[in-house]
Amino acid sequence: MTAAVFFGCAFIAFGPAFSLFIFTIAKDPLRVIILIAGAFFWLVSLLLSSLVWFIATKATNAQDLTLQKNLLIFGSIFSVILQEVFRFAYYRLLRKANEGLAAISEEDGPPLSVREMAYVAGLGFGIMSGAFSMINTLSDSLGPGTVGMFGDSQYYFITSALMTLALTMLHTFWGVVFFEGCERKRWWVIAVVLCVHLMVFSLSLLNPFYVASILPVYAIMLLMAVWAFFSSGGSLHNITLLWTCKTRLKPI
Amino acid sequence: MLFVPVTLCMVVVVATIKSVSFYTEKNGQQLIYTPFTEDTDTVGERLLNSVLNTIIMISVIVVMTIFLVVLYKYRCYKFIHGWLILSSLMMLFWFSFMYLGEVFKTYNLAMDYPTVAMIIWNFGVVGMICIHWKGPLQLQQAYLIAISALMALVFIKYLPEWSAWVILGAISVYDLVAVLCPKGPLRMLVETAQERNEPIFPALIYSSAMIWMVGMANPARHAEPTNQDTGTFCLISAYNPLALTMLRGVKLGLGDFIFYSVLVGKAAATGGDWNTTLACFVAILIGLCLTLLLLAIFKKALPALPISITFGLVFYFSTDNLVRPFMDNLAAHQFYI
Repeated sequence: MTAAVFFGCAFIAFGPAFSLFIFTIAKDPLRVIILIAGAFFWLVSLLLSSLVWFIATKATNAQDLTLQKNLLIFGSIFSVILQEVFRFAYYRLLRKANEGLAAISEEDGPPLSVREMAYVAGLGFGIMSGAFSMINTLSDSLGPGTVGMFGDSQYYFITSALMTLALTMLHTFWGVVFFEGCERKRWWVIAVVLCVHLMVFSLSLLNPFYVASILPVYAIMLLMAVWAFFSSGGSLHNITLLWTCKTRLKPI
Repeated sequence: MLFVPVTLCMVVVVATIKSVSFYTEKNGQQLIYTPFTEDTDTVGERLLNSVLNTIIMISVIVVMTIFLVVLYKYRCYKFIHGWLILSSLMMLFWFSFMYLGEVFKTYNLAMDYPTVAMIIWNFGVVGMICIHWKGPLQLQQAYLIAISALMALVFIKYLPEWSAWVILGAISVYDLVAVLCPKGPLRMLVETAQERNEPIFPALIYSSAMIWMVGMANPARHAEPTNQDTGTFCLISAYNPLALTMLRGVKLGLGDFIFYSVLVGKAAATGGDWNTTLACFVAILIGLCLTLLLLAIFKKALPALPISITFGLVFYFSTDNLVRPFMDNLAAHQFYI
């Protein structure tokens, strides 16, 4: 397949995440560490859920296709739940680490606020999730082949890229909202994030009926973006200040 | 910090492995330190051969380390210097010439010998000057990354499959023992250098900060000298497992770069699955983070290989066998978790 497809899909899927990394994270080594550790936590959750899925498939009949598909769905639901559990675990770890860092640092407060950590952790989860979903597909798009030869959809690559972008951004917003909910001890936020994550996964089950899966996922992403914005201290006032360039906004 | 150079080295190795097929072709040639072949009839024999290969390789490394420590103790600086110069000469000229040749072959570029001679001559001489004498820090760092990558590629090509994995495991154990045990050769090296208040072998350590050291007799301006373990490739393997923090900047031995890149390169070479490569990459970086954290807590020379290589190996085998079929199935159905 063409180089245009490769570059186009790569930029769609990873462009925003990459720019966020370059402009907000790359300069600060502490944020880079938190990003990589977030990616690591996501990876561990994926590993454990793959283990469960693998055991389930090996224990059952490999020829029964519907059973295997159902096992895949079960494995994925378990994976979603485990991802949120690991997000919570990462929150606890970061809080402890932040207290430790605050104790040994020379400045008055902790070097990173919980909101910064929430954003970076969410982005770490998102980048890893996106990379794992998309990289093999991208690599295949450089090789020879015909998309949709057996009646599958022709739009495989671009829809994969769009879904990957949505998932990456969603993980970032979920991170922000989740950590803020944990900070304020609003446990219902955790339940809502888990449900939204499951809902997004269920929508992806409708693929290749893309109109029914991608559009709602993007709608959810926009709603989550608005929620994350308000949850991390944004307000309409801030936006008007931004547009009218009245004052410089302090970093949170 | 140290993430950038380690990442760069790994990126160079993975990019080369994926594009230049020379480094993944097995033509039956092996290093003399891994004489047992892996083309055996049974799995048990293959396992036995790889363990034997590992034993030989690690013994060679142990002997070389002890030889080095003895040389250092008896102040045979000229010999050590000559050895290091010879090995970096070989890396910078011969191995980079081979690498350039393979890259040209892969991309089918026509090239004449005089041009290549001039390129390699310039590359090599500037490299020798930067590494063994003085040069801009970033250029020196770039050259160190380049020779680590070249060395890792040679290991990836010439080490047989199973032997490579067993060697990676064994060398992290050796590293742990050599640096932390009271009679370990590397620990003795550090302590001797500290007693004499000298920096050790500037040619084979990656330094993330300035303040350099011109030769070994320079009375150190820093409290704790850096530390590492060296060897030449030409007849012996190089290895280097220490990380040591200084008052400013962190130093990591080139052997660490090499073995990290060998792990990630092998993950990229076998199977062709990018998820495995990425997982190993993240695992190694996390191991490095944890090592640096321990370094900040304990403030003495620590082995940089064990944690990273352990994580890397665990993640390689689990991602390859468990995560890969899972993600392949999800991608085939376009399910997004």
